[in-house]
Amino acid sequence: MKPIEHANTSVELIKQKKKGRKLTKIEASYHLMLLPGMIFLFIFSYIPMFGIIMAFQDYIPAKGMLGSEFVGFEHFVYMFSLPDIGQIFSNTIVIALGKIVLGTLMAIIFSILLNEVRLKLLKKSIQTVVYLPHFLSWVVLASVVVNMFNLDGTVNQILTYLGFEKLNFLGSNKLFQPLIIGTDVWKEFGFNSIVYLAAITAIDPGLHEAASIDGASWWKRVWHITLPGMLPIILLLAILSLPNILNAGFDQIYNLYSPMVYETGDILDTYVYRIGLLGREYSFGTAVGLFKSLIGLILILSANNAAKKYTDRKLF
Amino acid sequence: MVQNKTFSGRLGKVIIYTIVILLGLICLLPLWNIVAISFSSSEAVAANAVGLTPVNFTTKAYMMIMEDGQFWRSFSISIQRVVLSLIINMILIVLMAYPLSKSKRNFRGRNIYMNLIIFAMLFNGGMIPTYLVVKNLDLLNTIWSLVLPGAVQIFSIILVMNFFIGVPKSLEEAAIMDGANPWQVLFKVYIPISLPALATVALFSIVGNWNDFFSGLIYMTKVSNYPLMTYIQSLSIDIQDMLKAGANSSQLENIMEVSNRNLNAAKIVISTIPLLLIYPILQKYFITGIVVGSVKE
Repeated sequence: MKPIEHANTSVELIKQKKKGRKLTKIEASYHLMLLPGMIFLFIFSYIPMFGIIMAFQDYIPAKGMLGSEFVGFEHFVYMFSLPDIGQIFSNTIVIALGKIVLGTLMAIIFSILLNEVRLKLLKKSIQTVVYLPHFLSWVVLASVVVNMFNLDGTVNQILTYLGFEKLNFLGSNKLFQPLIIGTDVWKEFGFNSIVYLAAITAIDPGLHEAASIDGASWWKRVWHITLPGMLPIILLLAILSLPNILNAGFDQIYNLYSPMVYETGDILDTYVYRIGLLGREYSFGTAVGLFKSLIGLILILSANNAAKKYTDRKLF
Repeated sequence: MVQNKTFSGRLGKVIIYTIVILLGLICLLPLWNIVAISFSSSEAVAANAVGLTPVNFTTKAYMMIMEDGQFWRSFSISIQRVVLSLIINMILIVLMAYPLSKSKRNFRGRNIYMNLIIFAMLFNGGMIPTYLVVKNLDLLNTIWSLVLPGAVQIFSIILVMNFFIGVPKSLEEAAIMDGANPWQVLFKVYIPISLPALATVALFSIVGNWNDFFSGLIYMTKVSNYPLMTYIQSLSIDIQDMLKAGANSSQLENIMEVSNRNLNAAKIVISTIPLLLIYPILQKYFITGIVVGSVKE
């Protein structure tokens, strides 16, 4: 008995060793496959991360990162002493939050309404049209928005026709934020409704039939069947959109704002670009950018944890 | 009672259809207005007389663009950028997604790579340090400054990785039995089976690169090197700034040629045509992409 047992284990051992060696060869291929991408990632993602050191220096391009003088947290202290910075933070958060809340609401409402459209061709055509703005650049759409909302544009023509005063949407600090939020909702609500529409179709039609037989009105069915059915995905997307609270949309605002509306339209990203890159305040710009990235990182990690905890999905 | 119920049901239907159609029109008409403007005479545009049909139909704006050398140079830079980015992105996506789709047991070190990639997705050095890297590599004013910083598309890699994880293991085992190495498994088994997911990420790459104006703005110091969106952005900014500042049309007429507005509209229309051409495919695969992207873990 004993020798046989012994033989058995040694055969297994050899098998295991063989398997191990083979695995290493396969693994070598895996490493090789990852190599080119990791090189690009290192150069264009990780080296810039080391560039963050600039935020703690008085960076002078001619002296380079090694030769520039360290100043500690001076730029951060300066940042919080600026009178504009509170305004810029609040602009960023108000615009981003407005987009998230109104955009989500609009997409949910639209998906519920669209789900009621039974004519296949009409439904398809409407979907084709409302998804379209999502694929267009803000460079293009900014022209469309300016064309609609300038003092002599279509919207003001309609306002005049209805007997109202003309509104200077693009040049007034009061109206600029609503304009930015509104046009972003316009661009994205159709596309964002896709996920919600999928959630609605996944709801058991039997529930609706049973409720109808019991005499439930459309409103009641939406409220008690459709919305609860959509709730998990609404919750998930709401959690995952939280990290975007500091991303108010550089492309859109850069293409629509002007010095007249800096007061309510300037956000962190446009500020870093203008002061840091155009104004060549590299260190200060990096410091503001770093501050934003850090808050973003904290938010995204918390959002991911929350998503894991409260839903069965996660971002990464 | 029954009659009443069908009536309110029918009325409800009418209201719903009206709202949905109105929303569709709100999305379409502002875009259509630009098309109408591009075919209208500059006088009509300046007088804000153009609605949904061109006024004094003319193709003059398009004729002028035909002779605009910079427009077509920028157009070709954008095409080159899209093609180069697409090739590099796709190669890196499949090469990175495949090993990452392996379990920790079959590929020791997998999680180290994964963490490095996810960290790069969550945190970055920001606009200025990235600009300085591109500058120090002497990439400013080259097409590579538009392509290489975006070479690794992390979101797309994770999307394809999730798709690869869902591929039945038996297919790979059978191929290995037949003596295939990992490269052959990837190219002969995984890629052919994952075409819908790959089409989705390919379209992400095309749309993203075509629409991006910002890289061109910061990495190109000469207008002659601008990709199309950056070029259009730099043109429209003058007129738009005046409109934003609240100038009325007569003021504009006095200060500069408003005729540019229909020329601008025509440029925008042409710049959108490539996306419209692939729009039917876009619509199909972006929707699959969203579904694949929200894979349960």
